[in-house]
Amino acid sequence: MKRWIAFWNIVTKDMRAYYLKPPNISWGLIFPLAWTGMFFIRSGSGLDSVPTLLPGVIAISILFGTTSLLAVTVTFEKKSRSFERLLLAPIPLELLMLAKTSGAILFGVVNAFVPILLALFLADLSEVSWITVVLANLMIAISSTFLGLFIAVSVSEVFEAQTFSNFFRFPMIFLCGLFFPISALPVFLRPLSYLFPLTYGADILHGAIHAQSVFPLGLNFSIIAGFCILLFYLSIRNINSKWIM
Amino acid sequence: MVVPMDAPDPAISHPRDRLALIEVTALTKRFGSVAAVEDVSFSVFQGELFGFLGPNGAGKTTTINMLTGLARPDSGKFVVSGLDCTMNPKTAQHLIGVVPDESNLYPELSGFDNLCFCASLYGMCRLERRDRARSLLAMFGLEDASDRKFGVYSRGMKRKLTIAAGIIHQPEILFLDEPTTGIDVASARQIRQLIAGLHDAGTTIFLTTHYIEEAERLCERIAFIVQGRLVRIDTVANLLQPIQERKAILISVTNTVDDLHGKLAAAFPHFDFQAVSDGQIRVESEDTINISPLVRLIEDQGVEVTEARQLKPSLEDVFVRVSGIELEAMRKEKEKSGGGSA
Repeated sequence: MKRWIAFWNIVTKDMRAYYLKPPNISWGLIFPLAWTGMFFIRSGSGLDSVPTLLPGVIAISILFGTTSLLAVTVTFEKKSRSFERLLLAPIPLELLMLAKTSGAILFGVVNAFVPILLALFLADLSEVSWITVVLANLMIAISSTFLGLFIAVSVSEVFEAQTFSNFFRFPMIFLCGLFFPISALPVFLRPLSYLFPLTYGADILHGAIHAQSVFPLGLNFSIIAGFCILLFYLSIRNINSKWIM
Repeated sequence: MVVPMDAPDPAISHPRDRLALIEVTALTKRFGSVAAVEDVSFSVFQGELFGFLGPNGAGKTTTINMLTGLARPDSGKFVVSGLDCTMNPKTAQHLIGVVPDESNLYPELSGFDNLCFCASLYGMCRLERRDRARSLLAMFGLEDASDRKFGVYSRGMKRKLTIAAGIIHQPEILFLDEPTTGIDVASARQIRQLIAGLHDAGTTIFLTTHYIEEAERLCERIAFIVQGRLVRIDTVANLLQPIQERKAILISVTNTVDDLHGKLAAAFPHFDFQAVSDGQIRVESEDTINISPLVRLIEDQGVEVTEARQLKPSLEDVFVRVSGIELEAMRKEKEKSGGGSA
């Protein structure tokens, strides 16, 4: 019980201190709106393209929302040494890091609903499997957050975290099948696509929104869950070896 | 006439008569080829205020980090409150409070919210943590600043709130790492009073500092650490005893003449004379030093004496003896780190 009091308070503290701050709320709203506008206008095929573009816009909104904030908050707290307070608390490191990432996961899920709400007004989404969309959003948010955590614990400066994030994020926009299928990529780039968890999350969304997925649903969820476990494990290992010297 | 200082009061119980709350055995930590802490062994007893002294970079913070779980020892063992924490320091983290050498609370939270948040990390329920936060804010004189963000606090206020956060869960053992470094004299004095109050209330305190006078004033026992190695550990009274047997006075003069020292040494062969600085002569002896003949001889040479006073033996002298580190080096460190000197 005591551990969960700590867990809940870390989550709520982070929400208040970081995620619910006006600049971050506006970032969370404006960023998905900008992506949505940019891709719909660029597609040139009018409102018919909404269902095909929506999975990519959702995924990209979650990816940028989670990785940007988590990389900053964890790296900033480490730099200012307030993270030591958490390391000194009598709670297991795994639970502590789950608490630190829960706020970002929630932020990512909320981000995902900005383009969804917009799309509801623009297109007929009656065929969409909403349960799968919600679950996919959650899994994308978890895997992106853990990717952000992995980045945050691998660097020591906030600017390094941002730079390192972009090293992953920008290739992911093109390699993960968000706006065009992986089969349209040059053959030598295709294997890279399967190294990113977002590929599988986007595939679930494509299947749930316009019934065009490559892999079976169960396989996609299993692979993305595997990525989550791997990234979290690597992050904890990095904290143990780099931060508790 | 120099009067010897009082011998230690035998009625005061020695800390070793109490239960050992921290037992450290052959603790070693290396960073590459540099030994930050090497083969360090000591015990801290229940209710004791234990001082861990040394210059910057001596290994004080590394030792605290190992004992609190922020660093892993390369070898050795430590037991906190009967729990072997060498491999898993988390097992005793609910028993300890830590005040790091930097005030590291959350700048965007208010003083009150910072304390409530720190209390929640130890599983305290909402009502309990709010009550405790309020009482600590009152105890530390920060009630009026409770709603202000920590980021806008003065350095002294930040230090006080950081100490309050360290004791929010009423720990058995409190680790204080350089609590008065870099703050003004008045705040440092208040913090020393608060530390003494916590000690009186029964908290076991592990205090690291490079302010020797502060440790002398507050601690029961002191360990000196130099370049990662413990060079001496004992009660303050026992540390001072050997140097108390040697008397010292300081004579201040406005001018000097050639070979004054030679003349003094010839007239008083049992005394040691040292020129401390321009205008100051330190006189030491195993025997009682009678000031009047000394002053008379100096004045007969045409030198005006403005002051002659007995020097109280201090831990600084002990530290210099056991560590070989010059006082000047310690003073420079104090100047560098700000105005919180004792």
